[in-house]
Amino acid sequence: MIRSWTRRWIPMPAQSLILFATWLLLNNTLAPGHILLGAFLALAIPLLVVPMQAPQPRVRSHLRAVRYTLMVLYDILVANFEVAMRVIGPMSKLQPAFVAVPLDIEGTLPITILASTISLTPGTVSAEVSEDRQWLYIHVLHLTDEAQLIAQIKSRYEAPLKEIFGC
Amino acid sequence: MTPVIELIICAFLLLGGIFVLLGSFGLLRLPDFYTRLHTPTKATTLGLAGLLIGSMIYFFVAEQRLVVHELLITLFLLITAPVSAHMLAKAALHHKVRALKRTQGQNLFTAARKRQPPPADN
Repeated sequence: MIRSWTRRWIPMPAQSLILFATWLLLNNTLAPGHILLGAFLALAIPLLVVPMQAPQPRVRSHLRAVRYTLMVLYDILVANFEVAMRVIGPMSKLQPAFVAVPLDIEGTLPITILASTISLTPGTVSAEVSEDRQWLYIHVLHLTDEAQLIAQIKSRYEAPLKEIFGC
Repeated sequence: MTPVIELIICAFLLLGGIFVLLGSFGLLRLPDFYTRLHTPTKATTLGLAGLLIGSMIYFFVAEQRLVVHELLITLFLLITAPVSAHMLAKAALHHKVRALKRTQGQNLFTAARKRQPPPADN
């Protein structure tokens, strides 16, 4: 009884909490007025957007998700130095390429996270997904070995995501 | 504020500034649209991270309060940067923006535009 009531009026508890925290952080305050307004927004916005939600696979392992985030942050750091070097270096040596990466994971959320990760890390930007969601087209700033790049994306990013979402 | 902390803040600001500069430099220097996409998403994320960390330390030391706006900016940047890069790449692809001649795998362009799997010989 109580559970169905909560599900009806607080359909996305995690998102509500994030919204509430973000509101207070943005205003950098703990004034009662802002707490009230933040709570109202955190409860009202999920109620408005819940019909738009598409079913997504659940995060199975939060520990793995945290580890994945840290690994991606580290890779972003490395990517920055790599891209910086390429920008300073001679342009004639650049070997840009388009590559199609076969996808094993399913669901829009895991694929979105994978595509975003690819865009944020070493010299790659995701450009398009095939309609059947089996292929991801990416642009590479400097390609040395296509098979190695695909293998690296699959083992370093796709495999952990697969474990996180269990799909 | 002690000189040591000032030095640390300076180091972060300088590092951030250098990377933002490199990002803009790459925008100017790289040969075609697709390669230019790579610098704003990457060089600027680290550049901004440096500036934001510097700013956080400064406000923490100078005003004795924890400013968390910087963390929110980082979060929003990490969420929005790849999405905008993806949309730009996608738009360029569908508008048939020409890539540099020596770009490998140009035969994938048509398949990618139609959102079909790549041709079989690949």
